[in-house]
Amino acid sequence: MIPAATDNLVTLAQISFKRGDRLIFNDINITIPRGKIVGIMGPSGTGKTTLLRLIGAQLKPTAGHIHVNGQNIHQLSTKDLYLARRQMGMLFQSGGLFTGMNTFENVAFPLREHTTLPETMIRDIVLMKLEAVGLRGAVALNPSELSGGMSRRVALARAIVLDPQLIMYDEPFTGLDPIAKGVIVQLIKKLNNALGLTSILVSHDIHETCAIADLLYILADGHIIGSGTPAELLKSEHPSIKQFMQGLPDGMIPFQYPAKDYAKDLLS
Amino acid sequence: MNFLQALGTWALNVCEQLGRASCFLFATLGRRPRFIRTFPLLIQQLYAIGVLSLLIIIVSGLFIGMVVSLQGYNTLEKFSATQQLGQLVALSVTRELGPVITALLFAGRAGSALTAEIALMKATEQLASMEMMGVDPLWRIISPRFWAGVISMPVLAAIFSAVAIYGGYLVGVKWLGLDAGAFWSNMQSTVDFHGDVINGLIKSLIFGFVITWISVYQGYDAVPTAEGIARATTRTVVYGSLAVLSLDFILTAVMLGGW
Repeated sequence: MIPAATDNLVTLAQISFKRGDRLIFNDINITIPRGKIVGIMGPSGTGKTTLLRLIGAQLKPTAGHIHVNGQNIHQLSTKDLYLARRQMGMLFQSGGLFTGMNTFENVAFPLREHTTLPETMIRDIVLMKLEAVGLRGAVALNPSELSGGMSRRVALARAIVLDPQLIMYDEPFTGLDPIAKGVIVQLIKKLNNALGLTSILVSHDIHETCAIADLLYILADGHIIGSGTPAELLKSEHPSIKQFMQGLPDGMIPFQYPAKDYAKDLLS
Repeated sequence: MNFLQALGTWALNVCEQLGRASCFLFATLGRRPRFIRTFPLLIQQLYAIGVLSLLIIIVSGLFIGMVVSLQGYNTLEKFSATQQLGQLVALSVTRELGPVITALLFAGRAGSALTAEIALMKATEQLASMEMMGVDPLWRIISPRFWAGVISMPVLAAIFSAVAIYGGYLVGVKWLGLDAGAFWSNMQSTVDFHGDVINGLIKSLIFGFVITWISVYQGYDAVPTAEGIARATTRTVVYGSLAVLSLDFILTAVMLGGW
């Protein structure tokens, strides 16, 4: 079970979210303790990315409320919301690097937009952040010249350039080779500890997420089907949790998307 | 009944789209410019939208002017009125062809590029990542492009008209042998600065406003897939062209009605 944390950076209370007629989340509750790495796991299509967009207030829940750092994020004015977002970093699945700017300009972008720091200081901060992700040598490269893993590391440097309190990772391991995956795993852990961040890690890569997460939530079918430390969940005998953590093809979480009877469908 | 139902659904969809596009426009217009930060962005976009459209505008203007002059000469010759060629070219170009053809070319060249660029930024999560960095995409991406389009269009139309008149001069005077003095003096005495030139520029300003609005809205509202971007780009050219042609009729009617 998740320990009763008194200092939660993010709280999702009774969140429901509908897209069209489809209910993505049905009354879910999640707490993200300050300073921890919290993994949100679940099969593809369960709304993990949607959850991050709800926390970042890019989407609005149908019911319930989300507090980030004590503020109800969906009741802020546009100006206050943009101010609040400066305390959040988000690493998108595709990186989201600006294609018209090189690596340096991409990482410098939030500094140029939100600060009036002199150019020499911006240069120093950018180089420090790029050094932290191991890409100081790629400072002049364009996004088209970076590999998938490098793009994500540059995006990570950009996400931490304003020293946010919260950083959200959207599928950071997808499509990476084992070395790049290992590098990203270490980076997430190192940055969280060194910078005193709170991290939300959305992924379906069990091995990598369990290696660094302090807490895990497993989402399926619009509900939280399990929560706890990675060790607790790996030992769980709950059929759905066991199926997901052990990668069993079929079980409580269906492999098939809901459909009418197979035989009838073929013969119709 | 089905037909009525389909018609009703279509009408509701149109109203919804218009409402969304209007909200988007007001949100864009409501973004306060910050001079030191906005000005360089505006200059960049004026280059991308205006300066890079110059070649197609100049070449098209030259040929349109030459064709109008050639056709006009052949028709006026039947009435022994070839001396009026300068007037014919200048009035056709400043009143109608300049604003309308520039607007159609602008929709095809700059409008489609704007839509594709913004839609691709949406598909590659660049707009979403900007939002999450606390930077408003409407202010940073949309607003400079919108104003650059509105400013560029009248300038491009004026350049188109000037080049087209020169094209008419080349054909009428240099090739067909009309007297240069008659060509220019007839033009000067009949073209009214307010009624013809200024009205033409007002038309092009309105066309620029509408085309750029359609372009940035279609890009921002595009479905973030390859097919969605293709559809949005097509819609920009189709809606933009139809809007220009229909607005041209309305504006001409208003202007000829004594405005």
